[in-house]
Amino acid sequence: MSQEARTAVGARTAASRTGQRGDAEDDTRSRSARDPARIRRTGASSGALSHGPVRLLLGLVVPLLILGAWQANAVLGVFSAVQLPSPGAVLAAGAELAARGELWLHIVISTQRVLIGFAIGSVLGLAVGALLGLSRLADALLTPVVGALRAVPSLAWVPLLILWMKIGEDSKVTLILIGAFFPVFTTVFLALRHVDRDLVEAGRAFGLRGMQLLTTVQLPAVVPAVFSGLRLALAQAWLFLVAAELIASSLGLGFLLIDSSNNGRTDRIFLAIILLAVIGKATDALLGLAERWAVRRWT
Amino acid sequence: MTALLTPGSTHPHHDHRAFGIRFSRLGQSFGTAEKRRAVLRDVSLEVRPGEILAILGTSGCGKSTLLRTAAGLDAPDTGEVLIDGHPVRGIDERCAVAFQEPRLLPWHTLRANVAMGLPRSSSASAGKARVLELLELVGLTAFAKHRPREVSGGMAQRTSLARALARNPGVLLLDEPFGALDALTRIRMQDLLLDIHGVRPTTVLLVTHDVDEALLLADRILVLGPGAGQTGSTIAELLAVPGTRPRDRASADLAALRSTLLSMLGVDGH
Ligand SMILES: Nc1ncnc2c1ncn2[C@@H]1O[C@H](COP(=O)(O)OP(=O)(O)O)[C@@H](O)[C@H]1O
Ligand SMILES: [Mg+2]
Repeated sequence: MSQEARTAVGARTAASRTGQRGDAEDDTRSRSARDPARIRRTGASSGALSHGPVRLLLGLVVPLLILGAWQANAVLGVFSAVQLPSPGAVLAAGAELAARGELWLHIVISTQRVLIGFAIGSVLGLAVGALLGLSRLADALLTPVVGALRAVPSLAWVPLLILWMKIGEDSKVTLILIGAFFPVFTTVFLALRHVDRDLVEAGRAFGLRGMQLLTTVQLPAVVPAVFSGLRLALAQAWLFLVAAELIASSLGLGFLLIDSSNNGRTDRIFLAIILLAVIGKATDALLGLAERWAVRRWT
Repeated sequence: MTALLTPGSTHPHHDHRAFGIRFSRLGQSFGTAEKRRAVLRDVSLEVRPGEILAILGTSGCGKSTLLRTAAGLDAPDTGEVLIDGHPVRGIDERCAVAFQEPRLLPWHTLRANVAMGLPRSSSASAGKARVLELLELVGLTAFAKHRPREVSGGMAQRTSLARALARNPGVLLLDEPFGALDALTRIRMQDLLLDIHGVRPTTVLLVTHDVDEALLLADRILVLGPGAGQTGSTIAELLAVPGTRPRDRASADLAALRSTLLSMLGVDGH
């Protein structure tokens, strides 16, 4: 996990502790002011900028400017059409592929690979992270191994995967799975380590043990961290998808990239990049919604 | 059948449980083997069933530590704690603790947090009724469905007290339970504790930094303080509070005792 995500997990734990430990007077308003969730909300708000529609419109400003500059290039001809095809040409390339029924196929197969790899990798990451985060024995036995595996740059697995599984769906999904596994594993593992000890002790003091303690205190406490891990994992899954498809495939957006590059079709390269950006952002936004709900529900 | 195996289940509240506590040459220290620091030393004390014992002492002198050994949260270094004649080994279900911090589960409502304190043997319907009754008692009925972060620190503290009461414990361990409350709520909660104790006279160990609170609520006051020349706190004073409860907050008897206690805690001239 990145340093940034690590400190985010720590900060959340610290914030929830101070939120719990407020020791001032019995006054609801002063309490709310200390509430981390509210601070986050007011911190982001600055009048009209906090309005959903306004934000959405502002978010469109820069993309529209870029589109304008892009179109201007087509008119002024600073870069040649081979280097930088016009927006219209990219759109036409998309329409052509769509008419042949290929575009949809590329999108579907890529999305499917990402979702399957992400799902399996996340579940495994959750399971192994929970095991190593909760069991001292498993931690002592396995953490060095997992750490060493994580140190391997994930693309180094490619030759082995191709040798073992041939160039089929399995090898691609497996590579994506590896990419998704580690962010989830690391966030869950660390978050379980940093569950507020006082809360766990309170649970034990009221007779909770084993599975009950796990489901009542420990797992709920790490739900927000799990979601930030999932978002990192999804980003990794798209990254590894493109890597897998660039290396060996006959379908998918990564294949469209490499194939277009071999054929000098810059318009299709742009098409593939834009599609990856849009689909990647859309899946992340969906997960982001789930995360916001989870943070509200579990903190 | 189940009722036969767990006789408590037919009487979910085990009415009027109160256990005696005996601290016997209790010692506690923390730190690594080479840098060990004694916190408590040679604490021997007998608390009668149903008694309210207030524990006073300067900050960091080991009040919470003493309470934690009674709850079985920490095993003492030396000596032992007996509750109702049986030694405490590990977390003891005869006790209930209200910690110095509320320690509520942030993802649960206040109601669910109180329900966490219910004894395992209580039935669902009896438990639910008991939780509502306790929320009413601590004045939080209107906030039953709120989350801890949506209420004030004082309300969280009261929830924590209700959670401890839900256990219907034979020993109630309260660690500065009213410390976070404003003056008015504090008086109300002190009266409430006495009411509850009047109806169900359980044994109470009450850690407090408030001398007046100790004088008002306790049968006896234990002052923890440094022992002669050695590190670690021990019993500096153990005195009975004159008069019966409810005591007059302005009584002259108490005023004399009050200045004695304050000077013992290092505050002179009151
Ligand atoms: N688990 C622990 N590990 C190390 N030191 C501790 C631990 N618990 C308490 N102490 C130390 O013991 C002393 C007494 O603490 P405590 O009982 O909390 O005091 P108080 O009287 O304020 O409640 C303090 O100096 C504290 O730092
Ligand atoms: Mg304390």
